[in-house]
Amino acid sequence: MALPPEAAGQAAESHSLAGGGVEPKRREKVDHVVIRFAGDSGDGMQLAGMQFSTESAMAGNDIATLPDYPAEIRAPAGTLAGVSGFQVNFSSNEIFTAGDEPNVLVAMNPAALKANLDDVQPNGVIIADVAAFSDSNLKRAGFASNPLKDHSLDKYQVFEIDVTKLTTLALRDSGINNRAVMRCRNLFVLGLVSWLYQRPIESTEKWLAGRFRKTPEVLAANVRALRAGYNYGETTEAFASSYVVAPARIPAGFYRNITGNSATALGFVVAACRAKRPLFLGSYPITPASDVLHDLAGFKNFPVYTFQAEDEIAGMASAIGAAFGGAIAITTTSGPGMNLKAEAMGLAVKTELPVVITDVQRAGPSTGMPTKPEQADLLMAMYGRHGESPMPIIAAATPADCFDCAYEAVRLATKYMTPVILLTDGQLANGAEPWLVPDVSKLPEIKVELRTDPNGFLPYLRDPETMSRPWAVPGTPGLEHRLGGLSTEDQTGNVSYSPANNELMVRQRARKIAGIAREIPPIQIFGDANGGELVILGWGSTFGPIRETVNQLRSKGKNVSHIHLRYLNPLPDDLADKLRMFRKVMVAEMNMGQLLKMVRADYLIDAVGCNKIQGRPFKVSELTNRITRALEG
Amino acid sequence: MATALTRKDFISDQEVRWCPGCGDYAILAQVQKVMPELGVARENVVFISGIGCSSRFPYYMNTYGFHTIHGRAPAIATGLKVSRPDLDVWVVTGDGDGLSIGGNHMIHVLRRNVDFNILLFNNRIYGLTKGQYSPTSEVGKVTKSTPAGSVDFPFNPITVALGAQASFVARTIDVEQKHLGEMLKRGHDHRGTSFIEILQNCNIFNDDAFKDVSDKSIKAEHQLVLEHGKPLIFGKNRDRGIRMNGMRPEVVQLGNGVSESDLVVHDEGNLSLAFMLGNFEPPMPTPVGVFYCVARPTYDAAMNQQLEEARAKMGAGDPQKLLRQGDTWTIN
Repeated sequence: MALPPEAAGQAAESHSLAGGGVEPKRREKVDHVVIRFAGDSGDGMQLAGMQFSTESAMAGNDIATLPDYPAEIRAPAGTLAGVSGFQVNFSSNEIFTAGDEPNVLVAMNPAALKANLDDVQPNGVIIADVAAFSDSNLKRAGFASNPLKDHSLDKYQVFEIDVTKLTTLALRDSGINNRAVMRCRNLFVLGLVSWLYQRPIESTEKWLAGRFRKTPEVLAANVRALRAGYNYGETTEAFASSYVVAPARIPAGFYRNITGNSATALGFVVAACRAKRPLFLGSYPITPASDVLHDLAGFKNFPVYTFQAEDEIAGMASAIGAAFGGAIAITTTSGPGMNLKAEAMGLAVKTELPVVITDVQRAGPSTGMPTKPEQADLLMAMYGRHGESPMPIIAAATPADCFDCAYEAVRLATKYMTPVILLTDGQLANGAEPWLVPDVSKLPEIKVELRTDPNGFLPYLRDPETMSRPWAVPGTPGLEHRLGGLSTEDQTGNVSYSPANNELMVRQRARKIAGIAREIPPIQIFGDANGGELVILGWGSTFGPIRETVNQLRSKGKNVSHIHLRYLNPLPDDLADKLRMFRKVMVAEMNMGQLLKMVRADYLIDAVGCNKIQGRPFKVSELTNRITRALEG
Repeated sequence: MATALTRKDFISDQEVRWCPGCGDYAILAQVQKVMPELGVARENVVFISGIGCSSRFPYYMNTYGFHTIHGRAPAIATGLKVSRPDLDVWVVTGDGDGLSIGGNHMIHVLRRNVDFNILLFNNRIYGLTKGQYSPTSEVGKVTKSTPAGSVDFPFNPITVALGAQASFVARTIDVEQKHLGEMLKRGHDHRGTSFIEILQNCNIFNDDAFKDVSDKSIKAEHQLVLEHGKPLIFGKNRDRGIRMNGMRPEVVQLGNGVSESDLVVHDEGNLSLAFMLGNFEPPMPTPVGVFYCVARPTYDAAMNQQLEEARAKMGAGDPQKLLRQGDTWTIN
């Protein structure tokens, strides 16, 4: 989302008013600010960004973040390939995206400047570590001359700060070696930016205390660098004033800053607790899904089993085994991994065992851009298995929504005895937002009743309402039975090659999944509840940019509405009717038009696509242009 | 406890559909016979298989069973056993299922030492797909997919298992009912993954593949029965043995100055010896019995112990508390 011009204007004005360090500095109010921290992938920019986000959330702002880092762990220092960025938007109003254009760019070296400069809004602030602008670094980044000297940055407000020297001076007698001192530069910058926006740094100090509790000298150095940066802002003449972004009007309650992957992990744990069953995760590490495995590995006491399998297939297969044994079984992966799991997912469909498959989507095809988000796995989730093997699919819209969706996936899986696919993506996974922590007792019930009564037991005797089969786990006397991938007879589950029976079972499973639609809440239209000119249909992480765009356009009187789907299979029963209330339907998604195909195929609605396949979320400006053209056309 | 169970209690109501004369019948019969002797309640027994002729096995056992997908049974069994350590889990697989498409799962489950039993039916051929060579078929094997003879060098299941750090490795033969029963019991008693290769005759596509060790008239000259602590002796008259000649094993005739004390004494805890015996090929005799058996912590027990320790240290998980951790603040 673009910063309103007035905010940028104030920032510009303040620079020209550089004053002395004696009097207390002025504080100016701004509505919201977008900052991007950028440096080498070893410079700790993700950490600085995350901590700044937390400070901002604790200061009562609404926040949205967008980490953007390379797949390479440490690309050659100083190169464009190695630039790691973290963007945070913090506001005194409700916000939905991390912002289109940063108002402030922190560039720890020339490559970070080069890679991000095009995004910075005119008149934006650039804070550069001059120590890193050496001839060799400039050359590595592809600069013919030093941009800090050649006036090429004249349309920005540039603050040249020798972060390296200032950090070194601050840590002169700290007793840590030079390499460790260099690793505190990000804390100095974080301190400086925290002062600039009057963020409280206590939360960062607390976080550091936990992180470095075993190395007190490193802890002391980090805290000292952080405070030195903060105090430098207060005392230097470079900054005439600091800025205040007032707290947003956020509903009262207990909040937590959360990323999508953490929320996903928590959703699964809490769901398993509600189901009163152990949680079992079978998973193979893959970017950007691994953090779910990392988080869950820390929750052993719940109990949570985390099995790092030998491959993606074993991740899924072990989850099936655990589900057979009565655990809340899940697997987590990203696109390439879900390809590999497809056969085993078909087994879970056939044997009707509850397993949740989480696909944290990333840009493909093949290895693609592992750290960048995309939404191109929808049709794989829908159809990417042999035979007729329908599965419920739900997709999270925001980082915090990952909690609700993970929880809902477990609820559906156990209620309907079926594997369920949860789609998130790299942007949700690593993006963060404030989360109003829910009251666990008020979450929807997850009632798991394992079959114990041998009287009348048949493995495929279905519940008349949900059509789910009983969950009968080994260890239960009298319920000994055999499951398998072969076609099996209705009710008994015995192997059967009867043609009519095969069709019956295929249709039963399809009806079971289709029947979930009756649980889907009525669609909420953001905008014109009774229909209008144009509706934007979205799913997953495009929620933020679409909502922000539609919000802005509606405030300008444009007749545009927004429907966002959580349930992608089955689709909500009322979706077709709701879409038909609009003259035009546009499906905005980060793929070549996958939901678009489904909507056109299922409803014969002549929807059009709005697509982006760049491994980056939609910008509000891009959606605005596209929607404006559609409204005119 | 299953005190009064008999063989019949383990026979399911499903019609057995292997080819008449298949070695699988003998294995099934022996497993059903041994089951009641293991002292495990029937409801706690789970048979898990992959794909192939051998993998139909669970349908015929009146226990819990899961006929899964090609090669994945060890991974599925791992998920089950780790989360349900109370269960008595058996994996039934074949040379194709376990060593080709499922080779990766096989080696990893063996190194992890998950506490279940793997019965690998080795008939050195693909039966269910009607007669292609398998990863244990000999070089030169003429099959439908190798009309000019296979140029594919085979796996030796025993040395694959040993190389994958298995803690229990044994071999037996479908028709050797008594020995098969003993091996099943030894494998079951072992804590950790027990890997039992069962030489199994496919009378349709690879008949008499193991004739030298299964034909009553000649088998004594070719079978070397391994017994812990006993010298390696074989032969109809038990007059031949294995002696070390430097670093190399050799077959010697007892008598004429060669006595039992000159022979190698089998030691199930000696990995080098296990590898040496595992590599025996004609003209050396074919060893059957327990090649290797050592105690090693099991994956499932270790993981459950971590969970118990976490619970002892932090208490049972409280979901509401969990959600309130991390970077938190209150807005009034």
